[in-house]
Amino acid sequence: MTTVDARGLSCPQPVILTLDEIKKGNDREIIVLVDTDTSKENVMRAAGSQDCQVKDVSPEGEGYRIVIEKA
Amino acid sequence: MNIPGNENVIVGLERADDAGVYKISDELALIQTVDFFTPIVDDPYSFGQIAAANALSDVYAMGGIPKTAMNLVAFPIKTMDISVLRQIIQGGIDKLNEAGVVLIGGHSVEDKELKYGLSVTGFVHPAKVLVKKNLHPGDRLILTKPLGTGIVNTAVKAGLASAELIEKVTGLMASLNREAAEIMSRFRVSACTDITGFGLIGHLAEMVCGTGRGVRIFSGKVPMMPEALEYASMGFIPAGAYRNKEFRENMTVFADTVPRSVQDVMADPQTSGGLLISVSGEQAASFLTALQDAGIRDAAEIGEVQEEAEEKIRVR
Repeated sequence: MTTVDARGLSCPQPVILTLDEIKKGNDREIIVLVDTDTSKENVMRAAGSQDCQVKDVSPEGEGYRIVIEKA
Repeated sequence: MNIPGNENVIVGLERADDAGVYKISDELALIQTVDFFTPIVDDPYSFGQIAAANALSDVYAMGGIPKTAMNLVAFPIKTMDISVLRQIIQGGIDKLNEAGVVLIGGHSVEDKELKYGLSVTGFVHPAKVLVKKNLHPGDRLILTKPLGTGIVNTAVKAGLASAELIEKVTGLMASLNREAAEIMSRFRVSACTDITGFGLIGHLAEMVCGTGRGVRIFSGKVPMMPEALEYASMGFIPAGAYRNKEFRENMTVFADTVPRSVQDVMADPQTSGGLLISVSGEQAASFLTALQDAGIRDAAEIGEVQEEAEEKIRVR
């Protein structure tokens, strides 16, 4: 499982990191950590655009933990 | 805040609009507006053009004709070459010249962050001032530029946009609302505003709020940059779009059939966006033809105004 820590980064960096990780294709499951609502929404859209499923979104610390699974 | 009024103020702070309007005589009113921001494109000359087109737009949105302008500059002189500022100001001057507006002064300060904008002064007949909150039931809503500059600029920041797309979005933001405004003056228009930071949804909400009217928007007819729809679905959406959507959530009713990316583009904050014009139903078709004949090809009829106590923006 790969973790992308995008906390402290502003739009569009979290999306770029998420898309890069999805394209690398190392792991089926990717966890993305973000700390704004905008990043959360954008990362979820990014996952959806790559035929990935957002399996879980949960609050973590000041932000969110998003679990993405590739189809 | 207590802001003392004045009998000659036609549009002031108590009814915030695109610009302030002050009556000079029964035949003439003064329009004043000011706007400045940090760079939204990398090219200094283009930034100057966009800043000028954006500042002028508020005068056009009030139904007026801009005449003079002054520069506002904040510049990091210790860390940035002065030639950058020269290019910005040249861009502004060239855009003003295109609009028939003369630069008559300005002011600059030293600042860590570069900012540029203009104050613009224009004129209008006091009886022909176009405010936002004057929608008439039966009116049709016309939008003159496609939406999506905020999202596309986010994709530009991400390094995703082609040179061709950068040129396209820059040209869109730098294009004047002058011609649309001139054509508008020949038709029965009841209200007008320009689309900027609040996005289409936010500016529609401002037109509707407190008027006892509602609007129906046909999302399939709203002009949008196709690239903006694509990048929205990939998550390249600026924070402002989410704020705009959330802020007007209780006024906006999206039909289930409206795709999320379309909703996102409708909330996307625009830089130097188009005019949103409420024109009488009988004249809508000929107005649209006149706009398109003048080369404003993206102009489209996007919806209609109805009597509605709930004051909703219904999108289908």
